[in-house]
Parts: sequence; structure tokens; C-alpha cells
Amino acid sequence: MGHRRAPGELESGVLATLWAADGPLTAAQVGERLPGDDLAYTTVLTILSRLFDKGMVMRQRAGRGYAYEPARDEAAHTAERMRDLLDGGPDRAAVLSRFVSELSAEDERLLHELLGDGR
Amino acid sequence: MRISVYVPLAVSAVLAVLAPRLAHRLPPRRAAWALACAALVTTAGWLGALALLAFTALARIPEIARQGAWSAAVLSAAEPVRLFVGVAGAAGLLAACTGLAVSCVRQVRAASRIRRECARLPGDGELVVLDGASPEAFALPGGLRAPGRIVVSRSMLSCLDGREREALLAHERAHLRGRHHLFQAVWRLSAAANPMLRPLAGSGCYVLERWADEDAADRVGDRSVVARAVARAALAASGTPRRSLAATGGAVPRRVRALLAPPPRQRRLPLPLLAGGLLLALCCGSLADATMDNEEILDAAMYAACAPPLGAPPPMTIPPGDQAGDQAGDQAGDQPVMSRWRRSAVARPKAGSLMCVSNSRTWTVLPRRPSRKALNSVPSTTGSW
Repeated sequence: MGHRRAPGELESGVLATLWAADGPLTAAQVGERLPGDDLAYTTVLTILSRLFDKGMVMRQRAGRGYAYEPARDEAAHTAERMRDLLDGGPDRAAVLSRFVSELSAEDERLLHELLGDGR
Repeated sequence: MRISVYVPLAVSAVLAVLAPRLAHRLPPRRAAWALACAALVTTAGWLGALALLAFTALARIPEIARQGAWSAAVLSAAEPVRLFVGVAGAAGLLAACTGLAVSCVRQVRAASRIRRECARLPGDGELVVLDGASPEAFALPGGLRAPGRIVVSRSMLSCLDGREREALLAHERAHLRGRHHLFQAVWRLSAAANPMLRPLAGSGCYVLERWADEDAADRVGDRSVVARAVARAALAASGTPRRSLAATGGAVPRRVRALLAPPPRQRRLPLPLLAGGLLLALCCGSLADATMDNEEILDAAMYAACAPPLGAPPPMTIPPGDQAGDQAGDQAGDQPVMSRWRRSAVARPKAGSLMCVSNSRTWTVLPRRPSRKALNSVPSTTGSW
């Protein structure tokens, strides 16, 4: 368990948490949702303000602090471009190692079974 | 040469059958390296063997023999490889080189396009989130210095819980850190040169995913979390139509099952690795043997072409049996050259190199004499040598 994460990795974790959430999150809420070792509140706050400085997240007043949510302006446009990239044939697809490959009906049944066991 | 030149071809066939099994028995990291080495050595062996076969056919063409200053007739008499096999080898070599070149161009193009897109992505962090509907997650490899980016769609992030998201990021990070796209390039190139290596490339893809899974399990500290992340992501992604090619059917359940099983043991001396190593050594050794044999035959054919100029006095007394052979040889076209050479070679064995005059060109060739094996394989009109 005791693996120390690099600052870049923490930043990705925070960003992923904000994107996965339904609405804006405060620094404390982000800290709660981040898995693993308990992060200091100030660490999360530092990362959030760095992300805000880069324009990756937006913030609004919430009580005494801020609530953060991801900046969505560019994301839709980028998604379009990535769609093009992924459809570029087997050579490109081979370079972009995807997390999961396609499933057959049989695979799906197997996975449901395995998920039931794995829980 | 008779057999050894075909060994690299046979090794490719054996690897095509064995590679998928090897991939499942070894720990993934080791398996990936083993498969990459196997692909490189086998491809080199394959190209070398085809080149040798092609050479045996091409060297019989009189124009080429004249350029190379060897005797085409002696060569084709001594050559154990049949002409049609040599021609097939030449065709195979042409196909392999074309495949390699086409695949090379395509991959370079794909890589540069990906690098361009990578540079255009918003932000400078590791993670890029897409606001798209389809669940998607992949790694965009960077260049030599650029670290590469992880691209995940929002719908993929929201179908996983906190720890599973961590596992997903760790998995993609492992791909980038391990430079897995280079392994992919090696396998794709070798499969393009040698279609028999396609199964090896296929199991390579699977092995890389397993490697990243195991790495992620190490980072997250819980194998079942990674298993759940892979399974959930795959189920979420399967609902949406995918236009691009999928890697391999049935790979995801196998990955999940492997993650739910205990971690792979690192045996000190894994048997499959040893067997693979022996196979590759056999491939290299036999190719070297075939090359040496080929060189000896060529040496003999070069000696044959390097007769002293006509009219030069014979350098030594000819035994009576040999003279009869010479006369018989005179009617057989190329053969008298052969017997004359033999005499001159016998006359100056210690010179180390031989001055030859042929076709109004002067050559200093052959630092060593051809071996007895090569000489014996040259059919002779004179029985006394």
C-alpha cells in the first residue's frame, strides 16, 4: 500500500475526481473521494489552486472556501479530435493502447459472473 | 546449407505455435521482453535465410557471375539449393522487404500524427479528460522527451469508483512508463516482414495489457480493485458501438481472471524462457552455418573463374591422369578452367592470396583456400585431385 505518489499523479487523481463528480466539490470533498492514504487538506488545496491557475478547473464561492468543477470548454472539442485519431486504422490503434478491448456476448456474461465473484 | 538455411524458417513456424502458450506461462513483464527478443531474432533470421536462398538463385545468372568474378557453372553444380527454391526465396525476400517498408512508413506516419495530437492537447498535466459520450481510456505516447498523456473520457471516469479510477490511471501510466508502444512497433514490423509471426504479435498485445494490469495492482495495492476496474470499464464500453478494430476477442475476461488469481510467480529458471532461448540460438547458429557454407561454395566458384590467362605456361608438371581429364574438360565448356585453377592453386599455396586475371581485369582475391568440403562438392572431371 505504501506507495508515494508523484505530484503529477496526484494532480491527475484530483482532476479525475472532479470530472467524475456530478457537481462542484470543495477541497475537503475531493480529499474524501481520493482513495488510498489520507491526503493533507492543504495538499489537495494546493493542487486545486494549481489546476485553477492553469485554467483546467473553475471555482465558485462555497461558504468560507471554494467549490471546484472542471473546465469543459475544450473537452468536447478535444473529444472530437480524439475520435478521429482512434478511427485511424490498426497502426494508430496499436500505438494507443486502450484500457479495454471489445467484448463478445460470451465475454460480457463471463465478466458479469467474475464481477459477482470479485466483490 | 542443405538443411541449416531452412532452420530459421522452421523456427518462425514453431514460434507461431509456441508464442501464445509462452505468453500465458511467464510473468507478463518477462513474457513481453521474451516475445520482443524472439520477434527481433526471428525476423533477422527469416530475412537472412531468404536472402541466402535468393542469392543462390541470383548468383547463377551469368551477368551477375561475371560481375562477381565467379563461375556460374561451378556454382550451380556445387549449390545444394535447387533453383526453384532459390527463386521462391527471392520472391519471399521481396515480399518481406516490401511489407517491412510499407509497415514502417505507416507506423511512422501514425506515430507523428499521434505526437502532433499529443502536443495540441489542452493543459500540460498528465491527464486529459474528454467530454464525450463513449467510455474511452487510452495512453498517448509522447516523443523521446515528452512524457505522453493519458486520455480518459468523462463517462469512463464516472462509471468507476475512486479506487478503480486510480487503478485505471495506474494502468495507463504503466503503458507510458514502460514505453509499450515500442514493443508494439517491434511486433508489428516483424509480423509485416514475416506473416508467420502474426500470432506472436497478437499475444504480445495481450501480454502488454497484463503487464500494465500487474503494475497497476502493485501501485493500488489490491488486485481485485484492478480486476473490477477492467471488468466495469469493458462492460461500460461494450454498450457503445466501436468502429475501430478491437485487439483480441476474449482478452478482457482472461485479464480479469488473472487479476483475481494469485500474482504470477517468478521462477528462477523458467523452462519456457530456456526453450525459447535455445530455439533462437539454433536459429542464429544454423544461419551462420549456412552463410559459411555458402561462402565456401562461392570461394570455390571464384577460384574456378580465376584461371591464369590463356597461354601462360602451366605452373607445375601435370600428372598423366590429369591431362586426360583436361582434354575431356575442354569439351565441357567451363570445366577446363576448373582444372587449370586447381593446378595454379596447388602451385602457390603459401602465397595467401592469389593474383587472378579474368576478363581483362586483375584481381587479388581469396586470402584463404576453399575448404576440402567445398572442393569435394565441386564435381570434377579430373579424378586425381
